[in-house]
Amino acid sequence: MTAAPETEQIVDVYERRLPPVAELAVFSMALVIVSGIYLAAHLPHRPPLAPAEGLLAAAGVLLVADAVVVSRLSPFNWEVFFRVGGWALLAYGVIAGMLEFIFVFDHTRGASLVVFTLSLVVFAIDVPLLLAFSVARYQEVGPPPRR
Amino acid sequence: MADVALTTSPSPPTAEAGAPPRPAFEIVPLRGLPIVAVVLACLVAAIATNRLWALDFFHVVGGGLWTGIDLFVGFIVGPILGRLSIPARMEFSTRFMPKMLLLMPTLVIITLAAGWQLARHEGFILSTHTHHGWVVASMVIVGVMAVIALGLLEPANLAVLFELKKPRPNGELIGKLMRRFIYTAGITGALQVATLVIMTRLATV
Repeated sequence: MTAAPETEQIVDVYERRLPPVAELAVFSMALVIVSGIYLAAHLPHRPPLAPAEGLLAAAGVLLVADAVVVSRLSPFNWEVFFRVGGWALLAYGVIAGMLEFIFVFDHTRGASLVVFTLSLVVFAIDVPLLLAFSVARYQEVGPPPRR
Repeated sequence: MADVALTTSPSPPTAEAGAPPRPAFEIVPLRGLPIVAVVLACLVAAIATNRLWALDFFHVVGGGLWTGIDLFVGFIVGPILGRLSIPARMEFSTRFMPKMLLLMPTLVIITLAAGWQLARHEGFILSTHTHHGWVVASMVIVGVMAVIALGLLEPANLAVLFELKKPRPNGELIGKLMRRFIYTAGITGALQVATLVIMTRLATV
C-alpha cells in the first residue's frame, strides 16, 4: 500500500455510488438482441439492413461509452475486474463462436453475416464487462496506482 | 490527489459469531468443465450432422431442464431460502451457486443453438411458414429472458460467490443479491411458461 496515512480516505464499497456501468451494458446488449431478432424474423428474405445496422451502431457506441466510464473509475479493484473479465470473455467468446458457427453453417453470407458477427462481438464484450464490474465494485482495494 | 483506500464497511453485517463455517468452494467448479466441454462438443456434432433426433434431444432436454430449474428455483427454492437464517443462506449459497454458474449458461446455449437449428430443419424459421409468428414470439421472449438472465441474474450470482469468498462476507449484500437472483429466476420462470405454450403449440401443428 502506497497511501500516505495523512491523506488516506476510507471509502465504503457497499455504500458508494458508481456511474451506470451495468445499465449501459445491459442496454447495449438489449439493442444487439433486438437487432438479431429483427434479422432472424425475416429469414429467408433479406430485410432492409438499416434498422439492424442502426441498432448495432447504437449498441457499439454504448459499449465504448461504457468502457470509457469504467476506465475512469478510481479507486477500483482492477485486478479482480480483469481476472473476472478475462475468464468471462473466454466463456462468452466460446458461446459467441458457437453461434457464429451456426450462422456460417447455415449459409448466412454478406452484409447480414457482418451484422450478425459484429453483434456477437458486442455481446461477447458486453457480458464480461458487466460481470467483471458487478464483482469488482464490491472488492476491497488499496490506493490507485501512481500516475 | 489524496490516496483513497477502498474498504468494506468497518463493521459489515457478517455471519454471526458461532455460525457454522462456510465450506471451502470454487467459484467455478473446475470438475464440471470437462462435462460442459463434452456436452458442447456433442452439440456441435448434432448441428454439423443436422440430425433431427440429436437436435430434438438437445432442444427438448436443455429446454426442459432450463424451464424446470428456473421454475423450481424461482417458486420453490426461493421462498424457502428467504426464510432461512443468514448463515444457513450462506452455506446453501456456497454449495448451490457455483453449480448454477456452470449449469445454466450451458443449458441456455444448448437449448437455443439446437432450437434454432431445429426450427430451420422443420421450416418454422422461414417467414413463409404458417406458424412463423409463434417462432418470432418465442424469440422475443427468449430475448427478454436473455437480458434478465445475463443482465441481472448472472452478475448477482457471481457477485454473491465473490462476497462469500471474503473472510468477512457482508450478509446484507448477499441477502440483497440473492433476492435479486431469486426474483429474476422467478420472472424468467414465468416467461418460460409462455415459451412452453408456444413450443407445445409448434410441436402439435
